[in-house]
Amino acid sequence: MDDLLQEFIAETRETLEALSGEIVGWEADPRDRARLDAIFRFVHTIKGSCGFLDLPRLARLSHAAEDTLASVRSGERMPDAALVNAILAIIDRIGEIVEAIDADAAVPEDGEEALIAALENGTPVEAVPIVDVAPSVPANGDRRAASGPRAGTRSVRLSVDLLDRMMSGVSDMVLARNQLGRHLRQIDDPRLEAMLERLSISVDDLRDIVTRTRMQRVEGLFSALPRLVRDAAHAAGKTVNLVVEGGDVELDREMIELLRDPLAHMVRNAIDHGIEARADRILSGKPGAGELRVVARQAGNLIIIEIADDGRGVDVGALVAKMALAQPSRIAALPAMDEDEMLALVFEPGLSSRDDVTTLSGRGVGMDVVRSNVEQIGGRIALSNRPGQGLTVTLEVPLTLAILNAVLVQVAGTRFAIPRQSVDEIVQVGQGGTRIDRVGGHGAVAMLRGERLSMVSLPEVIGMAHGAASPRYLAVVSLRQGRFALAIDAVDDTQELVVKPAAPPVMRAGIYAGQMLPDDGVPVLLLDCAGIAQRAGLVFETVREQVAETAVAQGVPALLFDDVDGARRMIVSDAVDRIERIEPGAIRAVAGGLWLTVEGRSVPVWNAQNVRADTIAKVLRLQLDGQELAYPIAEPIEILPLPEEIAPAPADAGGGAVAGLVVIAGEPIELIDPLMLFTDVPVASERPLCLLHGSHSAWMETFLKPAIEQSGYRVVRTLPPGERAAVALAIEEEADTAPCPAIRLSRTRGQPLYRYDRAALVAALKEHRA
Amino acid sequence: MTDTLHLIAHVGGCGVMFNTDRVASVVELDRAVPAPGAGPAVIGLAAMRSRVATVLDVRQLLGVPPRPVGDGAIGHAVATMVDGHLYAIAVDMLEDVEAVEIAPRPPGMGGASDAAWDFVSGVAERGQETLLALDIDRLVARAGAIE
Repeated sequence: MDDLLQEFIAETRETLEALSGEIVGWEADPRDRARLDAIFRFVHTIKGSCGFLDLPRLARLSHAAEDTLASVRSGERMPDAALVNAILAIIDRIGEIVEAIDADAAVPEDGEEALIAALENGTPVEAVPIVDVAPSVPANGDRRAASGPRAGTRSVRLSVDLLDRMMSGVSDMVLARNQLGRHLRQIDDPRLEAMLERLSISVDDLRDIVTRTRMQRVEGLFSALPRLVRDAAHAAGKTVNLVVEGGDVELDREMIELLRDPLAHMVRNAIDHGIEARADRILSGKPGAGELRVVARQAGNLIIIEIADDGRGVDVGALVAKMALAQPSRIAALPAMDEDEMLALVFEPGLSSRDDVTTLSGRGVGMDVVRSNVEQIGGRIALSNRPGQGLTVTLEVPLTLAILNAVLVQVAGTRFAIPRQSVDEIVQVGQGGTRIDRVGGHGAVAMLRGERLSMVSLPEVIGMAHGAASPRYLAVVSLRQGRFALAIDAVDDTQELVVKPAAPPVMRAGIYAGQMLPDDGVPVLLLDCAGIAQRAGLVFETVREQVAETAVAQGVPALLFDDVDGARRMIVSDAVDRIERIEPGAIRAVAGGLWLTVEGRSVPVWNAQNVRADTIAKVLRLQLDGQELAYPIAEPIEILPLPEEIAPAPADAGGGAVAGLVVIAGEPIELIDPLMLFTDVPVASERPLCLLHGSHSAWMETFLKPAIEQSGYRVVRTLPPGERAAVALAIEEEADTAPCPAIRLSRTRGQPLYRYDRAALVAALKEHRA
Repeated sequence: MTDTLHLIAHVGGCGVMFNTDRVASVVELDRAVPAPGAGPAVIGLAAMRSRVATVLDVRQLLGVPPRPVGDGAIGHAVATMVDGHLYAIAVDMLEDVEAVEIAPRPPGMGGASDAAWDFVSGVAERGQETLLALDIDRLVARAGAIE
C-alpha cells in the first residue's frame, strides 16, 4: 500500500504542477472548455485513487469538486467567479493535504465544510486564487514554515526513451566485454583474466539492473481490481470478496499495459457469469459472498496469473448445445470431443455459455479476443473448470516482451533464430522412425513417430536454390493452427536474446519476426513460423475436422476393402496412414489383446472380430491425434468417393465400429467409424501416468522415457496435483517410498529388471497395465 | 540554394552526395548476415556495435549493375536512421565532406521514369563530375521496394 500511496503522491504532485497553468487560464476564461476538462479529469482521478487508498478527506473534497464541475460541463451551472474560486480553493487544499501526507504531517480540517459549501451556493470564501501563492491561508502558511522543504522523494520519473538508451548502452558494453574477453584469453595472463572477470561481473550486474528498470510490479495492474470488482458486483447484485496475492511480482511494463484489458474482462466474466446470486449460493451450500482470487506468481521466466472464482463453473453442456445450434455442421465432431475440448469452445467467437447479455460482460469482447490478446504477447491461457465449484483461468505470459528464448539453427548456411516456445522438439532425420517422403514435385512429408507433418524447406519457400537433398534435422514447429516440420541443417544452441523489429525491407520477406544480436556480435534474424507456413501454402486440418466433414461433404475419398470376416467395408482414406503387409510373427497375442510390433514399437491391433494373430496378413495403419491402431483386413480394393447419404447402422454391426451404411454400386457397404475404433482401444485412448520416482528420475527420463511412452504411458517426474500414477519406476531401495505400486529397477546386470534391459522393462510395463 | 555540408561518395562509379545532417556515421563493415527473402537491394544485416543495421545496395537504383552476390566484405558504408531503423548504405569509397551548392534536379532525369528518380534531390558540379544529391528517406524506401 505504501508504494501505491507514494505513487499517488508523486502523480498528484506532478499533475498539480502541470495544472497550475490551466487553473490560471480557467480563472481568466471560465468558459474555456479544454481547461475545464483538464481540471475535471484531475479531480476525477483523485477521487478514484482515494477510494482504495482510504483517504476520506481527499475523497470528499474531490467528490464535491467533481460534482460541481460535472454540472458546469453539462451546462446546468454557469461558471462564475465565485464558483471558480471555490474550485480553486479545493484544488489548493488537495495539494496541501497531499504534501502533508507525504511529510507525515497533519493539516487542520477546519474550513473544509465551508469550502464544500462554497461550491454549492457560490458564497465567496476567503480563498486563494492561485496555487502557487502560498501564504494565503494562515494555517497553511504556518504548516509550510514548520515542515520546511518538501520531504525528499524516493522515486524519479524517467522517460522511456532514456531507459531504452541506457539499455542499449549496456548492450554495447556487453558486446565489447565479450570481444575483449576473446582476445585476452589468447594472451593467457592470469592477472588480466582476473581483472576481466571483475569487469565481467559488474557488467552483468549492471545489465540485470538496467533490465529491471523495464519491470514494474504487478500491483500496478491489480490496483484497479478492487474498484472493478466492487462496481461489477454491485451491478450484478452480488457480493464478492476479492483476494489479491503476489502484487510484488515484477513484469515488463509494456506487458502490464497489454494485460490490463484481458484481466479486466476475465474478472468481469467471473463476477457476471461465474459467481452465483447470493440466494443460489446459499442454496447450494456455499458462503453467501463469492470469492474471487487473483494471484500472480513467477515461474522461471514466465509470470502466471490465476483468476479463480468459486462460482458455478462453465456449463459445458450448455456450451455444446449452443455450438450445435450455431454451427450444425460441427455436430458430427461432438462425440469425439473430450471435456477439455468442449471447454475450449468458450474461446470460439460468438459462443458464450450465457444467453443474456448483461451490462458488464457481453459487450462484444469475448474470450476469443482475450485469448488472441494473450497469445499475441507470447502468452497462453488455460481453463480449469470445476462444475458447480468454480472456474480458474490461468494466464501464462513471458516476463518481458523484449527478451525471448530462442533456438539458434543453421539453414542454408545462415544462422536463424526460432522462438523456443513454438518449437516442440528437434529431431534428427533417420532416427526414431523419422523419415522424409517426397510428394509430387516439391512437396515433402515428414513422418515422425507415426505422425504426418508437412515439411517446409526455408530455401524452397523463399525461392533460393538449395543443394542438399535432405535436411539433417527437423524442427517440429507448433502453431495455433497446427504443426509442421521445418528442415534445418544444424542446431547451434538456445539463448535468451533481446528482439528488435527488423527494418521494413527485411520484414517485407514475410518470414521474419525481428532481429537479434547474440553475444558474439553477429546479427541473427528471428523466423516468423506462422509467416513461413503461410508462404509455404500449408493448410492445416486436424484429423477430426476431416472426419467430421464426411457426414456432410461430398466426395470425401474412402477406401473400400474386404474385412477379415469376409464383409466388404469402407473407411475414410484420411484416417488411414498406410496399408501394411504383415510379416509372420509381427502380430502377437499379449496381455489380452493383439499387438503389432513395428519399428521397435507396439501398436495395438483392433480385434473385435476375434481373429487369430497368425492369420492376419494385412492391416490398415490408422492414426488419430498421435494415437496409432492397426486394423486387420483381408484385401484392399479401391479408393472411391464416399456417397453423400449415410444410413444409420445397427449398433452392434461390425463389432460396434460401424458409423453407417452407404450404397456402392447397388450394394450396401458398412462404413467404419475410425473414432469409434479408437475409443474401443483402451491403450490408445487413455494413457495412464507413469511416475519416475526417486533420485534417479532424471536418468530415467533420459534413458527410459521413450520406451515407457511407447508402452502407452505418460511419463512424469512429479505428480500433477489431483492425478494418480498407475505405476512408478524406481531404483532398488527407493521403490518402497513410491506413492503407488512401483516397478523395481536393478542396478546389477543379470538381476531381474536390470535397468538397461529395455525389453524386460517394456514387458513389465505391459504386464502391469494388463 | 544555399551551400550545405554534404558527404561525397561513389556508388558503383557514380558520384553521390548525402546531406551530413542525415548521416549518423561512416563505417567500415565486414561481411553481412544474409536476409534471404528480402528484396535484392538488401545485402543483409551487420552489427554496428550493439546495433543491427540493414545493409543496402543502391546501385540498381542508380542504374548501375548491383554488387556481385557473394560473401565478401562490404567495405565502406554510410549509416543513417530512417523511421527508427538503422541502415547502412554500401558505397565504393568515401571522399570528403564539403559545403556544396545544390542545383535543382534537371527535369527528365531517368527518361520516362522520372518519378522513379525522386530520391535524387538535386545535382552539383565538382571538378569534372556531376554529383547526385540523394534524399536518404526516399532512397531507402525505393531500395526496399525493389522486387
